[in-house]
Amino acid sequence: MNNESIRRQIAGRAIPIRGDEIDTDRIIPARYLRTVTFDDLGTHVFEDDRAGGDHPFDDTNYKGASILVANANFGCGSSREHAPQALMRWGIDAFVGESFAEIFFSNCIALGLPCLTAAPEDVTKLQSAVEADPTQDVTCDVAAKEIRFGGTVIAGQIEDGLQQQFVDGSWDALGQLLVDREAIATTADGLPYLKY
Amino acid sequence: MSKNLFEKVWANHTVRELPSGQSQLFVGLHLVHEVTSPQAFQMLRERGLKVLHPERTYATVDHIVPTDVRERPFLDELAEEMMVAIERNTAEFELPLYGMDDRRQGVVHVIGPELGLTQPGMTIACGDSHTSTHGAFGAIAFGIGTSQVRDVLASQCLALARPKVRRVEVDGKLNEGVYAKDVILTIINRLGVNGGVGFAYEFAGSAIEEMDMEARMTVCNMSIEGGARCGYINPDQTTYEYLQGRVHAPKDAVFDEAVAWWNSMRSEADSTFDDEVTLDAASIKPTVTWGINPGQSCAIDEHLPAADGAGTAEAMDFMGFESDQPIAGTKVDVAFIGSCTNSRISDLREAARVAEGRKVTSGVRALVVPGSHEVRDQARSEGLDEIFKAAGFDWREPGCSMCLAMNPDKLQGRELCASSSNRNFKGRQGSPTGRTLLMSPAMVAAAAVTGEVTDVRSILN
Repeated sequence: MNNESIRRQIAGRAIPIRGDEIDTDRIIPARYLRTVTFDDLGTHVFEDDRAGGDHPFDDTNYKGASILVANANFGCGSSREHAPQALMRWGIDAFVGESFAEIFFSNCIALGLPCLTAAPEDVTKLQSAVEADPTQDVTCDVAAKEIRFGGTVIAGQIEDGLQQQFVDGSWDALGQLLVDREAIATTADGLPYLKY
Repeated sequence: MSKNLFEKVWANHTVRELPSGQSQLFVGLHLVHEVTSPQAFQMLRERGLKVLHPERTYATVDHIVPTDVRERPFLDELAEEMMVAIERNTAEFELPLYGMDDRRQGVVHVIGPELGLTQPGMTIACGDSHTSTHGAFGAIAFGIGTSQVRDVLASQCLALARPKVRRVEVDGKLNEGVYAKDVILTIINRLGVNGGVGFAYEFAGSAIEEMDMEARMTVCNMSIEGGARCGYINPDQTTYEYLQGRVHAPKDAVFDEAVAWWNSMRSEADSTFDDEVTLDAASIKPTVTWGINPGQSCAIDEHLPAADGAGTAEAMDFMGFESDQPIAGTKVDVAFIGSCTNSRISDLREAARVAEGRKVTSGVRALVVPGSHEVRDQARSEGLDEIFKAAGFDWREPGCSMCLAMNPDKLQGRELCASSSNRNFKGRQGSPTGRTLLMSPAMVAAAAVTGEVTDVRSILN
């Protein structure tokens, strides 16, 4: 881990994506999964939704936003890491939402993108405030488990252990998973089916 | 303390507790496909890592493969690049690859069970959300993202938070014309598309116990559509009979040993759960989705709800439907039978029962995509391919096809598709404005031959 991995707080503009059950097919349509890298996904994020016009990702007021504010079950559906990859490459560094789909949430951890959950009324308050003034600064404070905007502070939730990983920069799981190879071998030894 | 299967499997596979509070969980079987793996292999190269357990790792190709013209190089250069990548990656890291011409090729969640790779009491991971399918065998099976594919390749482990367990009990007998697909669509409708977030689902009850393995796979397959990362069914005699004789299943005396261990992994009669819900099987009817998530469904004899919430209004606007319209009688343009949810031999048999002696309605494009070479060959040996072709269905080669339309099989424009797949998300079937109605394969066949959403029971009777 290094200083670049530390995610104590993410400050900047926010972008609201209203609606429950925004699935990963909408975030990045499957045709863009035909690639062996993640490099060019950022330009295609929400592409089909954006074709309908009036999408926040095409609103110049939200240009440069780094905090996405979602409602319930954001990122449901496909396990494609391409979805958070596309959002990250567009410029998103953190998420605040009512709830996140589990695989999307896991993928975000793997990419060092904190997802904080907040009460529905607080999320709506934040979305409305950002819509009223897209230029205002929003701080997603992982270390303090709160989101600040204007004079308002709302509570954000994240498991203590995960919070610590973002705060100290140790969110990349692979290093941890390889620490104790002997323990991996011991567990494997105890599984009868590996010998079938 | 009496433990349920989930608790036993979790305990057996826990390597250690991580500083994050997550568990380091050993993965007994890792299945790999062409779409979510290329970046993972690249990450291994960049970090100078090897695959820790190549003998527990199996790869196939399913998402991008064409189902008609299979010659290489593919017409789609991007798809060809992905095929070349998985061939190169599996060769370099010395992993078995069941490529397009291999008899073992097929949709990853169809071939794992078919080959006997999927077994009770295992942990299974794959870079695909429908990995939950394998839970039908009493395995705990997780869909994962590409960075986690990298983790499993390098360490054979995942960092995971332990979910709670909800027992979903379906009691009683299913009526004729009602299938596993209707059961899981009803469960998702009842519990909500995010009702399972934070839970593993144990599916139980007499209706589940009565199901054959393929029906159980359909139920577990769509656990993720209910928000649950995994779903499972306790292994029993039906499971063991399915496994016996399969290529990777244990043999002879070892099989008996395995059965004893598998039985020991079952949830105990007095084990407890974090939550329990019960459904009455007899009340379940053929079910059809009308919206843009799999929870937006109704029984075939019901009408759409009022468009009174934001989600409902958005769905009806996208679908071009109105409040209170009946779902039966909705005209369809396309009929798709396939996907990891419903492309197995029993699915094709039921669809063929409907198609036999009938004709696909003029103007409807209908295709049948078997889940694997084995399913395809079995269907041929039973003459099902001829039944479908005589009825006017396109009979294709195995792959994921129009479930997510990463290959050339796509909806055009606003076409409405009766589909045996698992997701009705906006744009899911390849056209940004294309529309999907999820239903059982028999119901898809009924829609194909009548040109509209039809109660399959009226055809079967």
